[in-house]
Amino acid sequence: MRHIIFIIMAAVFVNNYVLQQFLGICPFLGVSKKLDQASGMSIAVIFVMVLATAVTWPIQKFLLDPNNMGYLQTVVFILVIAALVQLVEIILKRYIPSLHKALGIYLPLITTNCAVLGVTILNITEGYGFGESIANAFGSGLGFFLAMVLFSGVRSRMENCKPTKSFEGLPITLVAASITAMSFFGFTGVVETLLG
Amino acid sequence: MSKQNGALANLTKGILKENPVLVLVLGTCPTLATSTSVVNSIGMGIAATIVLICSNAIISLLRKVIPDSVRIPCYIVVIAGFVSVVQMLVQAFVPDLYDALGVYLPLIVVNCIILGRAEMFASKNGVFASILDGVGMGLGFTLALLLMATVREVFGAGTFAGITIPVISEFTIPILTQAPGGFFVFGLMMALVIKITHGKTRAAKKDDLGCAGCVNAEACARIRKEEAEA
Repeated sequence: MRHIIFIIMAAVFVNNYVLQQFLGICPFLGVSKKLDQASGMSIAVIFVMVLATAVTWPIQKFLLDPNNMGYLQTVVFILVIAALVQLVEIILKRYIPSLHKALGIYLPLITTNCAVLGVTILNITEGYGFGESIANAFGSGLGFFLAMVLFSGVRSRMENCKPTKSFEGLPITLVAASITAMSFFGFTGVVETLLG
Repeated sequence: MSKQNGALANLTKGILKENPVLVLVLGTCPTLATSTSVVNSIGMGIAATIVLICSNAIISLLRKVIPDSVRIPCYIVVIAGFVSVVQMLVQAFVPDLYDALGVYLPLIVVNCIILGRAEMFASKNGVFASILDGVGMGLGFTLALLLMATVREVFGAGTFAGITIPVISEFTIPILTQAPGGFFVFGLMMALVIKITHGKTRAAKKDDLGCAGCVNAEACARIRKEEAEA
């Protein structure tokens, strides 16, 4: 249990997917303007990350590895994720319309989100077991959530400031992201000391 | 415009006018992640360029065969195939680079530059033009990466492609090679391009990512619409 908590905490704070590993930058910059959008997107990402890991891990272990087809990993994983996202959208639309209304618009965006493909591949390369993989996926999603929510707060403050003309728009947003990323350095070592 | 001019324009537009990284703002993840050192950035640039040229050529050839409704999955399969090929080649011949690039090598599959060019250019143009577009865009991507990596490695680590630079190496800014430095240098580069082009580029006009070139443009537009209605 301690081990699982350690993986989750490390994924959220130390190896934050967005701010330390640069995965999922597009939604981080594109959908972080409003808090409700940022949280909606992140919840959809957590959901898809856990689901994608739950599906791709067994595929790798029981289908690709025994048949010596590890080289097909990239092709198989991206197709599985794309199909899965479509399937989830259809199921949600049919059975849980309220959830579909909240998350539905974010789902197509997630197919090509590198954070989702990234977490499934990293789980395999890190050699995690099934439980650890799910924990890592959940933690990574949670880290994405934290980064999105924090950054949407920063951006709403930035709306009131007027930078130099060349820096208007994305450049100043990136500089702000840099400072947000710096704040995560404070967590380096904390998780290891607490739980390691 | 004569035919030759058109071909030349296809090749050169990717370098500054429609630079995929600094102007269209596509493929931000690999740009930030692999620009920590010059060697990595060149490796990433070449790998992505090869995939881009090959996938552009194949998708252009198949553009009349692929049905419109399933085009994105088709593009992804073609791209993923070439990424696997490049991945195996790098692993076999440049194992050091394979370790350095890590997960970002298979992640070329979801690099918006490649999917974006398939959607925006290769699906509408002939093979030759698509290949030139791929070469130009790949070159633009590699150059932007190289530029960022040069700044980050020279001032962050005091070296260039592993060779120590005498004076600068005594006054390094180590944070530039880490995550915050990536965002910071990227922001500065983008501001510089806007300054040079006098704000005529797209990123300057709209407070936006390179939406037209992105496969998710439709989904994003829906989010914006809902936001406007709310």
